[in-house]
Amino acid sequence: MKRLVCLLAALLLLPLGLQAREAPPVATDEKVEQRLNAIAEELRCLVCQNESLAASRADLAMDLKREVREMIKAGKTDAEIRDFMVKRYGDFVLYRPPLKESTLLLWLGPFALLVAGFAVLALFVRRRRAAQAITLTAEDERRAEALLKGGERP
Amino acid sequence: MRIGLIIAFLALVALLAIGLTRNPREVPSPLVGKPAPAFELPRLGQEARFSPAEMRGKVWLLNVWASWCVSCRDEHPVLVDFAKSKRVPLIGLNYKDPGDDAMKWLARFGDPYDFSVVDANGRIGIDYGVYGVPETYLIDRAGVIRYKQIGPVTPELMAQKILPLIQELER
Repeated sequence: MKRLVCLLAALLLLPLGLQAREAPPVATDEKVEQRLNAIAEELRCLVCQNESLAASRADLAMDLKREVREMIKAGKTDAEIRDFMVKRYGDFVLYRPPLKESTLLLWLGPFALLVAGFAVLALFVRRRRAAQAITLTAEDERRAEALLKGGERP
Repeated sequence: MRIGLIIAFLALVALLAIGLTRNPREVPSPLVGKPAPAFELPRLGQEARFSPAEMRGKVWLLNVWASWCVSCRDEHPVLVDFAKSKRVPLIGLNYKDPGDDAMKWLARFGDPYDFSVVDANGRIGIDYGVYGVPETYLIDRAGVIRYKQIGPVTPELMAQKILPLIQELER
């Protein structure tokens, strides 16, 4: 019986041991990792395009993080590191691409749509107002006045 | 007014429809029109090393491949065909292949390359902006990348794009 309990306990503990082995290697330098994360948050993973480089576990993402880590250790600035990525993969790797000719539509498009929306709205409102406006003849005015004064039909 | 709205709506639908037909995986490479990044790597299965500078004065193709890459297998017959024509040198960049997997793969499917170079840790791949193997670069006599294909080269692409471009560059 005792042996069985021991065996069960060992079996229960087994997954814990397995998990520990799967854990990613602990960062050696906390500061480097912090900067790496800050930079990688702003970079797109090329393989899984809706993920940031920081979040991705793709093979290429790991390689690129290795490169970035080495550049940080070599004393490169954030701008230099971003430049390294853009030179190889284009503005597409940046989640906040620079404002230039090819990205103009991307940056200004939403505002253009907003302005267009307001323009259509204004047009609608003006038309409705025009439809509601009623022109009164002199006779109408007299009847209206009489109604307001006495309440009786003239 | 109503017709104007309908036209605007149809224009939006058309714009989105065009967007759907485009492949978001094909990111235009900033390397096209720039000199091919320099490197010096060991040749696969040989003592000698290779650097792109040796290809000055020649139009050539650099094909990034790996034994673990499934679409490389689809592309392979196209490259074998191309190599038979001996049109321009075809050099392989064997990307992150462990052990002797690369040699076994070539032995099994045939070797279309003049030779391959070994990029074991993927560093040179990063310099070339590789993100989806296979990738193919057409490099001109001055060592400038003139065209980049992301994903397998198909017979159509070879006939309609790459071969005419080679002809143009060799003129």
